[in-house]
Amino acid sequence: MTEVSLGGPVGTRDRRGSDSHARRTGPGWYVKIVLMAAVNALGLYGVWTAVVVGSWGVATFLALAVAAADWVYFSRRMLPAKYLYPGLVLLLAFQLFVMLYTAYVAFTNYGDGHNSTKEDAVAAISAQNERRVEGSETFPLTVVERDGELGFAILRDGEVVVGDADTPLEPASGSDDGARVTAVDGWTTLEFAELVSRSAEITELRVPFSDDPADGGLRTQDGSLGFVAAPVLVYDAATDAFTNVSTGVTYTPDDHGSFVSADGEALTPGWRVGVGFENFTAIFTEDRLAGPFFQVLVWTFVFAGLSVVTTFALGLFLAMVFNDPRVKGRKVYRSLLILPYAFPAFLATLVWRGMLNEKFGWINEVLLGGAEIPWLTDPWLAKFSVLAVNLWLGFPYMFLVTTGALQSIPGDVLESARVDGASRWRSIRSIVLPLLMVSTAPLLISAFAFNFNNFALIYMLTGGGPHFEGAPVLVGHTDILISMVYSVAFDSGVKQYGLASAVSLLIFVIVGVISWLGFRRTRTLEEL
Amino acid sequence: MSALTKTAPRGGVAREDRYRIRHDAGPRGTRWWTEVGWRHVVGIVMVVICVVPLLYVISASLNPSGTFTGSNRLFSEVGLNNYAELFESRYWRWFVNSFVIAVTTAIGTVLMGGAAAYAFSRFRFSGRRAALTTLLLVQMFPQMLAVVAIFLVLLTIGDVIPVLGTNSTLALIAVYLGGALGVNTFLMYGFFNTVPREIDEAAKIDGAGHAQIFWTIILRLVSPILAVVGLLSFIGTFGEFIIAKTVLQSPDRLTLAVGLYQWASDERNAPWGLFSAGAVLAAVPVVVLFLLLQKYIVGGLTAGSVKG
Repeated sequence: MTEVSLGGPVGTRDRRGSDSHARRTGPGWYVKIVLMAAVNALGLYGVWTAVVVGSWGVATFLALAVAAADWVYFSRRMLPAKYLYPGLVLLLAFQLFVMLYTAYVAFTNYGDGHNSTKEDAVAAISAQNERRVEGSETFPLTVVERDGELGFAILRDGEVVVGDADTPLEPASGSDDGARVTAVDGWTTLEFAELVSRSAEITELRVPFSDDPADGGLRTQDGSLGFVAAPVLVYDAATDAFTNVSTGVTYTPDDHGSFVSADGEALTPGWRVGVGFENFTAIFTEDRLAGPFFQVLVWTFVFAGLSVVTTFALGLFLAMVFNDPRVKGRKVYRSLLILPYAFPAFLATLVWRGMLNEKFGWINEVLLGGAEIPWLTDPWLAKFSVLAVNLWLGFPYMFLVTTGALQSIPGDVLESARVDGASRWRSIRSIVLPLLMVSTAPLLISAFAFNFNNFALIYMLTGGGPHFEGAPVLVGHTDILISMVYSVAFDSGVKQYGLASAVSLLIFVIVGVISWLGFRRTRTLEEL
Repeated sequence: MSALTKTAPRGGVAREDRYRIRHDAGPRGTRWWTEVGWRHVVGIVMVVICVVPLLYVISASLNPSGTFTGSNRLFSEVGLNNYAELFESRYWRWFVNSFVIAVTTAIGTVLMGGAAAYAFSRFRFSGRRAALTTLLLVQMFPQMLAVVAIFLVLLTIGDVIPVLGTNSTLALIAVYLGGALGVNTFLMYGFFNTVPREIDEAAKIDGAGHAQIFWTIILRLVSPILAVVGLLSFIGTFGEFIIAKTVLQSPDRLTLAVGLYQWASDERNAPWGLFSAGAVLAAVPVVVLFLLLQKYIVGGLTAGSVKG
């Protein structure tokens, strides 16, 4: 790219006006036109698809993004924006927006059973609660296929109608033998062998009888005789309630996104609604959840704090040990000691997981001569192992950093201390450490923040285990907040995005407070 | 010193000899042990601790049995069949995935971060300070905190544009690039500021446009920081786990981090030999890259946090 003369001919005649390239026609100009054409084409295609699907949020974002791109790159002003635009668009979408979205989801009941809108829930409840209308007529039915999708074709009032899972029965041209459809244009009729081999799919298939969901759907048990299954639960838009036609029980919407009967029976699925602070009150007050949550919260701080302290202490100790010019081979020691840092951390964690295996691990079997110490499955030992492995992973970084800091401490300061009669320990405590802290404090804060969210280590080493018994979500003694978020959202059987986002939001707040304290110390903000 | 070396044929004894002359102690006297010798003991112990897990995984990767127990006797048997078996597994697919994702993200990060740093460093515009402050605030919050929202947003996008939805490599790259500006702009901004403005001005007077100055002058002058950012981004993306695990689902699309995690945590089949061989091969390029460019990486790591 750098070889291309993006600025066009270099000369004074172009300097009239501004620096904009809008009027220049160098090779760079063509590159720009091609790129912008592609951006506009793809963007407009995206907008169009989004509108078709009915995804208004995506449509709006894309439309604004394309308009902004055109404005920025075809305007003769907006110089800085030309350089900021690509990064900022992605930053807006995948960093800022997702943060705001986390905050929104934290106040909803989004999750399994409450995944979608109310309309979707009504449709799903109607479709799922159906049974054959007693005494209703049966239709000789033909199973047909188009593009791998199965459909049913029947004769309705002597007319060939066909439909599949998504499209209700509608008239089509085809042929029949008077009782049964034999062929439908555009569809292939399934042979007997196929009917047998795909029988599970066929008995699952439900073709809506008409556009009105209350008419029920066409189903079959054997692939040759169809019947109409009508909803047991009928939705009435006027009263906004479901009625069970056989028992007469009515289900009305509650404020938690479910249709509920008078005696408390809820229909599934429900839909997504705002639930206010309920996720947060659940975290803090609901007995079975609050207990594990506070244990996780405390362990997160302990883990992050101890990780920083232990890695820093060992790193500093080693830096002091090898800061003595009389020690031969310091270079060799240094390059061997940073090996754990050079080795990808996720791989090292997985290797340690194997080495710490209770039955077959190298540590137990070889080093400890066949002991069966539950390194990763006992609550306290698992905590110890997590810290120990993190120490192994993390001390080389601290070693490198403190070595650099130690070498920058002027020798004459230490010498004058020695002349004044300070002991070695005293000069470390009163001179080396304070000077070291000045340059390493910001790094310690960021190391704390990193370990506070060190998901990969926890998840790969112990998976958060051993798990708390009786907790409604799958969390354990070594889980930290971020791994709890992951577990609540994806690993706990029932996916609870709302609750998980609430925990995420708490992490945001904690990280924000910690960083703010850190910034107040280093005053980075003032030096922009 | 050189004279003393003659009397001390073994390398590494010369300085201790000097010590002996001054303090009249034996070659490995008490004084030497308390002052210097113990440092070697500490060093050797630490080196052993550092190296053993790495030797263990190399040994396990060479062990033909491929099981946990078989791997415990280090280098008892040596064979390459685990490496051969990798070719029959999905390993190389994951390797390519990881490589493509990490390289694309690194290049994108360098270009976008460089462009943003150029804008902040060379232009004065309204909202500049606010934008810098926002970036500084944003970079405090790692993207992975919003992993649930990222997943849900990708679900929504996937309904519209499937190639940008969940289980898409492209979507994962886009997500990583979304986090790129926040992390790297400051590192680059500081470095861009060290390039004298007079250079741009001279070019401007010669008739160069802003794009020409950026592509042909500035980017070349700041190439060291571009290399550091690209490298850190590569290594970071290569090892990124939580977002990759959430976004990617089908076995063929996984990255090495997610795929190797599945192998290592698969207690039923326990493909330990396979995992070890894969781990060794995945680690080699990163370790080599790291050791070669140690100086720059360490400089880059500390430069971000301390301004100046």
